[in-house]
Amino acid sequence: MITKLIILLIIVLGVIAIAQLMRVYELSSKLRKTGEQDISDRDNNLNGRMMFIFVLLLYVFVIWLMMKYGWTGRGEAASTIGKETDWLLNLNFIIIFAVFFLTNTLLFYFTYKYVRKAGVKAYYFPHNNKLEMIWTVVPACVLAVIIILGLKKWNEATSESGKEAIRVELFSKQFDWTARYAGTDNKLGRFDYKLTTDKNELGIMTSQSIQSAIDNMEGGVTGLDSISFKLNDENLVFSAIDQQKLETDLSRKTRLLRLLYQMKEHHDKKLDKDAADDIIQKDTLFLCKGREYEFNFRAKDVIHSAYFPHFRAQVNTVPGLTTRFKFTPDISTDEMRVKKNDDKFNYILMCNKICGGAHYKMKMFVVVLEEDEYNRWLKSKENSTFDKIFNAAPAPAAEDASADAAENDTQTPAGGEEKKDTTMVEPKTAFLGRKSLIINKVG
Amino acid sequence: MAAITHDSHGHHDSHAHHDHDHGHHEESFVSKYIFSHDHKMIGKQFLITAVFMGVLAMLLSILFRIQLAWPGESSDFLHFFLGDDWAPKGVLKEDMYLGLVTIHGTIMVFFLLTGGLSGTFSNILIPLQLGARDMASGFLNMLSYWFFFLSSLIMFLSLFVHDGAIFGIQITDANVGDSGPAMAGWTIYPPLSALPQAVSGSGLGMTMWLFSMAIFIAGSLIGSLNYIVTVLNLRTKGMTMTRMPLTIWAFFVTAILGVLSFPVLFSAALLLIMDRLAGTSFYLSDIIVNGEMLTNHGGSPLLFQHLFWFLGHPEVYIVLLPALGLSSEIIATNSRKPIFGYRAMIGSILAIGFLSFIVWGHHMFITGMNPFLGSVFVFTTLLIAIPSAVKVFNYITTLWRGSLVLTPAMLFAIGLVSTFITGGVTGIILADSALDIAIHDTYFVVAHFHIVMGMSAVFGMFAGVYHWFPKMYGRMMNTRLGYAHFWVTIIGAYGVFFPMHFVGIAGAPRRYYDYSVFGQFDTDSYNMIMDLNVIVTVFAIFAALGQLIFLFNFFYSIYRGPKAVQNPWKSNTLEWTTPVEHIHGNWPGELPTVHRWPYDYSKPGAEEDFIPQNVPLAEGEEEH
Ligand code: HEM
Ligand SMILES: [Cu+2]
Ligand SMILES: [Cu+2]
Repeated sequence: MITKLIILLIIVLGVIAIAQLMRVYELSSKLRKTGEQDISDRDNNLNGRMMFIFVLLLYVFVIWLMMKYGWTGRGEAASTIGKETDWLLNLNFIIIFAVFFLTNTLLFYFTYKYVRKAGVKAYYFPHNNKLEMIWTVVPACVLAVIIILGLKKWNEATSESGKEAIRVELFSKQFDWTARYAGTDNKLGRFDYKLTTDKNELGIMTSQSIQSAIDNMEGGVTGLDSISFKLNDENLVFSAIDQQKLETDLSRKTRLLRLLYQMKEHHDKKLDKDAADDIIQKDTLFLCKGREYEFNFRAKDVIHSAYFPHFRAQVNTVPGLTTRFKFTPDISTDEMRVKKNDDKFNYILMCNKICGGAHYKMKMFVVVLEEDEYNRWLKSKENSTFDKIFNAAPAPAAEDASADAAENDTQTPAGGEEKKDTTMVEPKTAFLGRKSLIINKVG
Repeated sequence: MAAITHDSHGHHDSHAHHDHDHGHHEESFVSKYIFSHDHKMIGKQFLITAVFMGVLAMLLSILFRIQLAWPGESSDFLHFFLGDDWAPKGVLKEDMYLGLVTIHGTIMVFFLLTGGLSGTFSNILIPLQLGARDMASGFLNMLSYWFFFLSSLIMFLSLFVHDGAIFGIQITDANVGDSGPAMAGWTIYPPLSALPQAVSGSGLGMTMWLFSMAIFIAGSLIGSLNYIVTVLNLRTKGMTMTRMPLTIWAFFVTAILGVLSFPVLFSAALLLIMDRLAGTSFYLSDIIVNGEMLTNHGGSPLLFQHLFWFLGHPEVYIVLLPALGLSSEIIATNSRKPIFGYRAMIGSILAIGFLSFIVWGHHMFITGMNPFLGSVFVFTTLLIAIPSAVKVFNYITTLWRGSLVLTPAMLFAIGLVSTFITGGVTGIILADSALDIAIHDTYFVVAHFHIVMGMSAVFGMFAGVYHWFPKMYGRMMNTRLGYAHFWVTIIGAYGVFFPMHFVGIAGAPRRYYDYSVFGQFDTDSYNMIMDLNVIVTVFAIFAALGQLIFLFNFFYSIYRGPKAVQNPWKSNTLEWTTPVEHIHGNWPGELPTVHRWPYDYSKPGAEEDFIPQNVPLAEGEEEH
């Protein structure tokens, strides 16, 4: 309280002081018979000089930032495509830095050089076609080069991946990521959001999961049967609001159920096996060094964005729309740790589209393994395939050996508070037979 | 064109007497100061409202900057402003962080720099610089201000939503958790903005945001139509289109952009309101939120983004063009030189105006949009860099061999050119879709748009206030305080926003509540981001305190500043031929006749270094 009063007092006194100073200044300029509009030579020269000094200091600041922080912030790109991005980015940076220095220097230097001087009249120079031509054409040429290089790279980055590419689906929801690997057949099973149940968080489509979704919708405490039972029970009396809520719920579920029955009718049983071997993986995304990955992205609730800063890759995940991209990691996590001399380092998948209160915590570790280690990981996941998890009654196989299989997840409550503690731990790598990833391969 | 000008004279002369009579009415307080039809008073109303909103938005940014620099640390300052609800124990809540960022962005872009900047200066300068007695419709003009005021008020009140109530007045059903202002970012992408279950601000807060913006848009449309009609019809005799000051060209094109693009945002908002209230599925498909499976199917969230950015990109220029227009005028006057390449400047304004409608997709490269469409937007976006470059070079050439008078307005105008360059060049990187993949939605973008749009427009606005203050209030602002304000502001601007590029390069996404999460996986990035965030916040507090100098100078000078002379900056344009005291109808006698372009500064053969537009050509003198 006292401190607040003191601060208030200081502010008030400060304002009064400035006001008084201004009075004095005004009176004195009245004596000198000049108005505020008459800028004295002294002020004019001083400000001109300060402008030039300012731009020099700005350069010092910029160069200091570059030396201290530079492009190194997120380290070397860890994917083949990322390396090309960096190359192009550096080229662009050189160009724009040249423009930045050149034009700012001219601007501030002229401000300093051409301040009003007694007896010097401004040069009447309304236009000059040749000059104007030059600074239309030169930027146009530079931009043409930038566009051509950029579009070439863009086409490459967004082109289809090769047949060999490993297919992985990344599923986003408030506020975490789940990966689904296509399994031995390298084919992802189909999905539909209406199939989502506690047992089938990703809404994967098989004959079984369709039936289970139907059962789920009909039975249970919040199922259709129980709602209509409640509504028809004459002994129960509801408030108008509750009655309304139940009725909306009823019509919503009836509609969904009808669609589920349609799905059941049209479902092709032959597709079941695509989904059966899909591997579901949480918390950590394991990738194999040197293999191309084709990622598909889905969102359950709102838009998120899959952002892999170290691989220079990013795309939004959109409810109702599958998005995709590809990249080939080419530096393993171990190698990167040595390079960065940071044995806690991990690649990361972050959410980069505002999606609610805990947006900033929505992450997934990414670990790039050498081929043999990757295969060992795959082997450890033999029991986490979709059909095994789905059929393990009653709950998903939470105590699977690799310990990172589907954790039974409940819906996140509104308001964005997350259910579990947010400090992330070291990726679980028990399958490697070593506690932490780090091994000092080099010297 | 000739026909139009001619017409307008006839129209004008017939009105002249009638308007003139007006000047002698005794007006009541209400009709003079509140429901005024006079464009000068309306301009001042816009300015004061915008100053208030600007201070508010700046305060919000300081609040969340404190959280970013010292995440999780208790702060009395936060507690003082946000109370136990939003800053229990002095620590900002996650949700409210997003709310503050959203309202900060919304106010800055729409209320300060659209309503404030173009509302103020279009109103004051269009009739005065064209030689008109007032806007085409004084009544609509008044309406446009009151719409603006109402929408500001609603936006402000939305900060106080608590459990579906405002100040204890229950508005929606007593929904616990329906608290806080809109929290989906100033771009309010659905489904986040469409689903009250998804975030606490998407209930009443979002509804208020949408209604506020709908009213804002209505007001801005009325205003813009008025500006366009005035420019086309009410130019005084001799004021051909190619004798108009560049300020007017800028306001004119800005108004056209507004009329063409704001209705699209309006429809986008309308569809969103339908999705929220009427159960339609324009933007929603296949969603399970908070455990509830929605039946919406077939809508597209990308549709909203296309509609939003169809306004959103032109909006950037709606913010920028008036600032560039003001600075063209100020730089020419204070260099005592004609603006270099007057016609090229008009050409670039028109080119920028046109191109700004076909570049919106550069905000959507990584949304899952078709990559081929992306390439088209790369091309159009980089095209727009060309007229922008032309403008910059023309400004620099205007300074060359001038006789510069460095008034505070002039310093701000030069500062604008600098921030326009610095922010503009990084746009080249963001426009390149292949590179945008790596830095989209990071702090690099935040740095880019704050410098090129935020700072440039704010500098332009300050320049305008210092330059036209004598015209608005008949008094002068204090020059020394103006200098102090300029130096604090430019140092603050670069100190706050330049380091943000490096935060972005380190991989920091925007709209994150707490960057210390980086400590869990990348020590390098973590150190860099945390360091820089402190630097940025310290500069931000410094810059914000510096604005107190301006506020003091502004309000003090309104009442106590020394009386202004009629043409303090020895300027050529018509507004300086009106008397210092405001009168209804602007000119006491006949309207001035224009004989030359507005940039006859230091013309060889003339004695003075300026020749106002209403001075007839001397014998044998050529127009520029
Ligand atoms: C005191 C000066 C200012 C400071 C310290 C400041 C700081 C910030 C910061 C830190 C963010 C959050 C970025 C993010 O997480 O995405 C932000 C957002 C934003 N600011 Fe400012 N800002 C200032 C002035 C301005 C001005 C003058 C404008 C006018 C264009 C502006 C427009 C915006 C917009 C549009 C956003 C985005 C909001 C969103 O993400 O929805 N800011 N500002
Ligand atoms: Cu997110
Ligand atoms: Cu844009």
